[in-house]
Amino acid sequence: MTVGLSHYLTVAAILFTLGIFGIFLNRKNVIVILMSVELMLLAVNINLVAFSAFHGDLVGQVFALIVLTVAAAEAAIGLAIIVVYFRNRGTIDVAEIDLLKG
Amino acid sequence: MYQAILLLPLLGAIFAGFFGRLVGARVSEVVTTTLVLITALLSWLAFYQVALQGQEDRIELMRFVDSGTLKSVWSLRIDTLTAVMLVVVTTVSGLVHLYSVGYMEEDSGRPRFFAYLSLFTFAMLALVTADDFLQLFFGWEGVGLASYLLIGFWYHKPSANAAAIKAFIVNRVGDFGFALGIFAVFTLFDSIQYDTVFASAPDQVGKTMEFLGFHVDALTLICLLLFMGAMGKSAQFLLHTWLPDAMEGPTPVSALIHAATMVTAGVFMVARLSPLFELAPIALGFVAIIGATTAFFAATVGLVQTDIKRVVAYSTCSQLGYMFAAEGVGAFDAGIFHLFTHASFKALLFLGAGAVIIALHHEQDLRRMGGLRKVMPFTWAMMLVGTLSLTGFPFTAGFVSKDAIIEATYAAHTPIGTYAFVLTLLSAVLTSFYSWRLMFLAFEGKPREPKDVLEHAHEPPRTMGVPLVLLALGSLLTGGLFAHLFIGGGETEFWRGSLIVRAGESGHEAPTWVMLAPTVAMAAGFAVAWYFYITNPLVPFGLAKRFRGAYLFLLNAWYFDALYDALFVRPAKRLGRFLWKTGDGTIIDGIGPDGVAARVIDITNRVVKLQSGYIYHYAFVMLVGVALIITYFIFAGGGLKP
Repeated sequence: MTVGLSHYLTVAAILFTLGIFGIFLNRKNVIVILMSVELMLLAVNINLVAFSAFHGDLVGQVFALIVLTVAAAEAAIGLAIIVVYFRNRGTIDVAEIDLLKG
Repeated sequence: MYQAILLLPLLGAIFAGFFGRLVGARVSEVVTTTLVLITALLSWLAFYQVALQGQEDRIELMRFVDSGTLKSVWSLRIDTLTAVMLVVVTTVSGLVHLYSVGYMEEDSGRPRFFAYLSLFTFAMLALVTADDFLQLFFGWEGVGLASYLLIGFWYHKPSANAAAIKAFIVNRVGDFGFALGIFAVFTLFDSIQYDTVFASAPDQVGKTMEFLGFHVDALTLICLLLFMGAMGKSAQFLLHTWLPDAMEGPTPVSALIHAATMVTAGVFMVARLSPLFELAPIALGFVAIIGATTAFFAATVGLVQTDIKRVVAYSTCSQLGYMFAAEGVGAFDAGIFHLFTHASFKALLFLGAGAVIIALHHEQDLRRMGGLRKVMPFTWAMMLVGTLSLTGFPFTAGFVSKDAIIEATYAAHTPIGTYAFVLTLLSAVLTSFYSWRLMFLAFEGKPREPKDVLEHAHEPPRTMGVPLVLLALGSLLTGGLFAHLFIGGGETEFWRGSLIVRAGESGHEAPTWVMLAPTVAMAAGFAVAWYFYITNPLVPFGLAKRFRGAYLFLLNAWYFDALYDALFVRPAKRLGRFLWKTGDGTIIDGIGPDGVAARVIDITNRVVKLQSGYIYHYAFVMLVGVALIITYFIFAGGGLKP
């Protein structure tokens, strides 16, 4: 069996779905949400790299690298926010974060 | 000169009204009083020139309205009738201004008071100098406004406010008819100028007009509608209810507006329009009936009133009835003559009553007076003169003019004339009784005041005394001095067509018993009052107890207030409440602004519940949204048309 494009795409879709469920089913920790977002970004990256290899176009891989960079920065900022938030509120429990409640 | 007569009071009103706070009460008083006194002097000069020398005049001031065929030029009509009214208005007004300086001494609103008084004087002068119906209406409403302002002068008293509103509203009823009358005049004559109307009036006799779906005689209709205005302004039967309540105003106001001048505007108006009324005998008969009825009705009510000012107020009402009764039988000159004399003795009575009220620290209840003759001999003497004149003691002013009226009603020799004759004669007895009752209760007998009040009672200051003396002189002398001009012999040359003088009127041919009847009536009233209040003071109480129903009937002024309350006031209030609560509150607000606002709030409250505050809910909604959009784009071909 040869590993084709569809296999890569399937893995990416599974990863993306995992990320989504990580966000929605998580009732405990904001960090898990952050991790799930990372997971979704990675799924996208796999898509980019897979299409790049399949089409023989390097632009996709370059784009994947840029996404990685952005994801790293985002993770740093997200963690910083979480730290500050924890200092302010003493919790990072998602069920407690409901300041937007109307 | 006539411009000065008209405009000086206005000047004073503007000065005191707008700059009174700036210059202080004393300056306002002095300026307005001086201006009005100057006006009074000029008016006597005008009286001499116009009435005695015959220099009639017509002065155009400015064009007022010029619209289609409706033309009104603001001009002063100076004839004998105007001159007589000028003298009455400005003299009484000047004296009342002077009197008020003393009477209102402790009041903080003096600049406002004097501004209103002068404004009233201006409006009244505008009324009497009017040359067409529009200016008459202007003055008419102007005096109504001033009357409203002055009745409600003590605006912190709820009763004063209620009385002011009542006066205004009852006058609106009359003015409604008055305005309709003026419209009818314009419709019929195509002009509102007196001379034009009077000149073409004889051609209009017998013409009909459609009114409320009926064809009615045009002139009769006009006169009746105009007289409706007079009934309101002069407090005649059915529209009289505001006058007794108007006594809530300061006493000088009662003397000036509600005794001497404004309430006589209706009498003046009927005399001024006598060429019209003369052509409408039915309307004239109505005037006589209403006048005589008022004279009798008000006199009966005056019998039992306990408030000193209300007694005088009902007496005013009654005397106005006399004037209308005279005019109704065609004796316009006698009516105006009674207006002339009445102004002085009724103003005197009011101002005297004011002196009593002030001396007793604003006590107006006759039951708490008595024995004042020894404390206030001067005031007693003044009131005595006023009472003598009002009751028609021989050779006083009231005697001359009232007898002229009673004789004129007798001499009419019509059923209506006889009706008026009987009622006015009866009223003369009643007038004498209630006037002497007032005198005896206030000045004779044992003092019923609290001791400390009696100790502080004092004669009025000189500013109040001088007007009293002058008015007392007027009450004694105007009858003798002016009778031959106004009614006795020389009247045609005196009036010179400014009002209709019927030949052979004024009761020259009345038999002796008619001539003597008013004097006998006066004596009878005096005797009964003497018996009731001097020799047997307990009799009135016994009578009141035995005829309790009749007593209450009179005390409550024939229950007119209660009747109107049930007929008009309460239904109007109910209607107002219905429109307010149901119409405005429930329907308009409920469906309109409030309803919309309530629905918006309902919807927002539901929308707010969507905002859970949990990030993953928002993320979920976003995701679902993105999924929906992408699905749409996939199936719609990315928005590109294939």
